[in-house]
This record gives sequence, structure tokens and C-alpha cells, in this order.
Amino acid sequence: MLRIYCPHCAEYRDEEEFHYAGQAHIVRPADPDACTDKDWGAYLYFRKNPCGLHHELWSHAVGCRKFLKVIRDTLSYEIRESSPIGGKTAVELSLPPSMPPGSNDS
Amino acid sequence: MERYSGFGLIKHAIRHHENWQRAWRNPAPKKQYDIIIVGGGGHGLATAYYLAKEFGVTNVAVMEKGYLGGGNTGRNTTIVRSNYLWNESAHLYEHALQLWEGLSRDLNYNVMFSQRGVLNLGHTLQDMRDIRRRVNANRLNGIDGEVLDSTQVQKLVPILNCSEKSRYPVLGASWQPRGGVARHDAVAWGFARAADSLGVDLIQECEVTGFEIEDSRVRGVKTRRYGSIGARKVACVAAGNSGLLANLAGFELPIESHPLQALVSEPIKPVLHRVVMSNQVHGYISQSNKGDLVIGAGIDSYNGYGQRGSYPKIEQALAAIIELFPIFSRVPMNRQWGGTVDTTPDACPIIGESPVTNLFFNCGWGTGGFKATPGSGQVFAASLAGDEMHPLAKPFCLTRFYSGALIDEHGAAGVAH
Repeated sequence: MLRIYCPHCAEYRDEEEFHYAGQAHIVRPADPDACTDKDWGAYLYFRKNPCGLHHELWSHAVGCRKFLKVIRDTLSYEIRESSPIGGKTAVELSLPPSMPPGSNDS
Repeated sequence: MERYSGFGLIKHAIRHHENWQRAWRNPAPKKQYDIIIVGGGGHGLATAYYLAKEFGVTNVAVMEKGYLGGGNTGRNTTIVRSNYLWNESAHLYEHALQLWEGLSRDLNYNVMFSQRGVLNLGHTLQDMRDIRRRVNANRLNGIDGEVLDSTQVQKLVPILNCSEKSRYPVLGASWQPRGGVARHDAVAWGFARAADSLGVDLIQECEVTGFEIEDSRVRGVKTRRYGSIGARKVACVAAGNSGLLANLAGFELPIESHPLQALVSEPIKPVLHRVVMSNQVHGYISQSNKGDLVIGAGIDSYNGYGQRGSYPKIEQALAAIIELFPIFSRVPMNRQWGGTVDTTPDACPIIGESPVTNLFFNCGWGTGGFKATPGSGQVFAASLAGDEMHPLAKPFCLTRFYSGALIDEHGAAGVAH
């Protein structure tokens, strides 16, 4: 059972209260008309699948119903931190500037 | 290789079973192979076997980072069926089912394939409509199937709770009599032994850590234990670790790895003679020949490589089983475990070429690859031996995620296996 910290409720709650919403930082194409089939395929179906740190979205489905960002190790299942969407997390702030958020830093 | 037979069993019994031959060699790898298969699970071993047996390609190595059949092949709930909705997948799984029917004889190894029939229960009107549609589609594809009402289901499985008063009453089911279960370890061992006897090198405890790639053409694999090993073609059959292998070769796959769990009870007397699956309450169960109840849970929603899942999923699965079979409410569970399954957006596998020339992938079988083991191996072997992909494998190419020609099997495949 994961214990996930909800930054909105400021409490650790059981995994069952949350709904997993997949990889974080997926950016919708800015100019959809200019997208090739390959761009659309990548946007719709290709997700990061690291064995290590993973940036992901969860929603506190039966709590405050707000979304949060979680950085979790997919091998040990250890949660490094969770934060509201928008702000930079401590892990992200420690990344070198060349590395965009959400890149595989495991 | 010594053939297994009833006579041989008597012969060895007289000698107190002290002189059985080893089932396969444990060779050191050569420097160069025609084809290297990465992943020594059922699908990889089946690929190697059919390459050697049907296509005469024997200069083949299977690289396995652990031991043979130690991943999802040895962890699944062993259900075999072919009642998929869409033509592409129905043909592929039916091809596999037909190979299952002659597999023990073909391999000279008893894989204990038992065609006891598979029931997929319906609990809502929409379930029943979907079941009717799927059975009709199956029959048009030449696959056996029937729609049963709850009385007929009750007759097949007397201990099933078919009461109208239950929380999710059983309204009926789809019934595939040719479906069943097989002994998962025997499948891995049978393919391994047969492939080895045809000259395939099975290299265990040898993790592939990278690929030798020149001008976007694969030349071999890198291993920690034996250094570089050359190959004309490399075929990755690594289930949950496929995405990581693709990253090593410099590209991405539309695969997410999730934990999937199963559990078995202590052995009890024969009481459940069919495979019973329910998507709606989400549980599936069969009784093994040993007598233990084999129960499958759902996948965890989050990505994970830990080969273990969360307890809420076990609780949900057991709640569903108790709902269907109140008689099991006091059966103690013996063991519980998890595997890492490679799920794709359309719940269908990816079989085919990759952006790197001569590097092939057979992956994305997700929660239901076991049933396809011989079929997957056979069509993949045909594709590797020839110049183009086998017709049954063609629709499952990686490029379908760009063209949009997805094969959406979430209804028949996404939940229960």
C-alpha cells in the first residue's frame, strides 16, 4: 500500500484514495494542424516507462479531488515527493538546466 | 536427446531415477550467431524452437538474464483461450490454440494442456450484449463459442453463486469449450528442452546490457558476462523489460510496465472443473491439477518494475471470488506473487520490425501473453527466418500507433486472463 502525501490536504493518505493519471508533463502540440502522424502518435501513445524515478500525475479522487504531481521510484515504489501542479519540485530544481522536467533522470 | 516415454519411465524407475539426462545443456556462448533472442521466457524459447524445427535456423542463442521461464511465464494464471473480438487478434490467438492442441506430442513434453473450457461471465445487460457480439464474431472466425444463460452456467459450475439475489447476479456467460489451462513451467521447460536438442544455445544468467549498432543496423548484443556477441538479427522478447531494451537501442515503445498479481490457495479436493472469469467483478479462477485454486488479480494502475503489487488489488480480487464462490470463503491462501506486464494502449501485442534494421521486437502482450506462447513463437520465428513479417503478425506492427490502425481489444483482453 502506497502512502501518498496530498499537498492540497497536507496529509499522508492511503493509495486507495487516489487515482493514477499517468505520466506528468505531457504537452499538447502547440500547432495541431502542423503535426505529422508521427507527432500525433508520439503525443497520444508513447509514454515514458523508466525503471527508476518517474514523474507522474495522481488525483486525490475521494479526497479533495485535486491533481498532484508525484515523483516515485518504479522499482522500489518509494515516493520521493509530491507537489501541486505548476510548481517545481525539489528533485526538478536539482536537475541540470539542460534536462527538461519529466525526462528520465533515473 | 533421450525421448520421454512410458517405457522410459519404467526403465528409469528400475534404476531408481538416478540416470535421467539433463533436460538441456548449459553452454558458453559462441562469438557469432545468426539470430540472438533476448529473453528466455515462453515466447523467446518458443521462437527459438520453431526457428530450429520449422525453418532450419539452428545457429541461435537465447539470452536470459535470470533463469528460463522465471519471469511472467512462471507467474501467470495459465489460462488459454482464443475468443477475442477482432479478426486480427482472433486469428493470432486461434493459431496459438491450434498449436496448443498438439503441443505435448510435438515437444515430447507433457505441458498438461487441459481443455476444460472457459466461461466469461456477464453480470449486466450490456455485458450480455457484448458477449453475444463477441461470440458471433468468434463463430464467424471459426472459433468455438456459445452464449449460455445462467441456468446453463449453473449446470457447468454447480458451486457458482447464480442466485438472483447476489450483488452482481450472473445473467449468463460466453463459453469456449476448447479453452483451458496448461502447466506454465512445463511450457518453458518443454520448449527449452526441444530447442536445445535442435542445437539452440540457451545462455542463462546473462543480461543483455546494450546493442552493437552500426549505421542504424544491429550487429550484436553487449553482455556483462561474455562481452559482445555478434548476430545477424536480434529479436527482443522481454515482456516488462522491453521498453528498457528499446531505450538501449535508442528508441521508445508505446509500452507501460505494470505490476500484475496472482495467488494460489492451499490444495483442496477437485471442486472447480472449468475456468471462470468475470470482467465485471474482476476476478478469474481455475483449479490446478494439484488442487490449489489459482486466482488472478488486476494490474496496479501505476507503473512498476518491482515484481510485486499492492494489497488493495488482492483484496478486490478475493472479494470478487467470494462473491462468485461463497464456498471458498474459508480457503486459506498459500502464496501470492507479482510479475511485470508490458501493457500497450490497445491491449494488443507489438510484433515486428523496429527503427533499427534487423532488430525485432515481440512484446506488449500485457496481461495475457501465456495463451499465445506457441503461436507467438511460431509467427515470430517465421518472420525472423523469412524476409518479411508473417501475415498473422503484420497487423501488430509498431507503426500502427502512427497510422491509427489500432486493434482495440480492451473488451476481450484488457481485464481478465
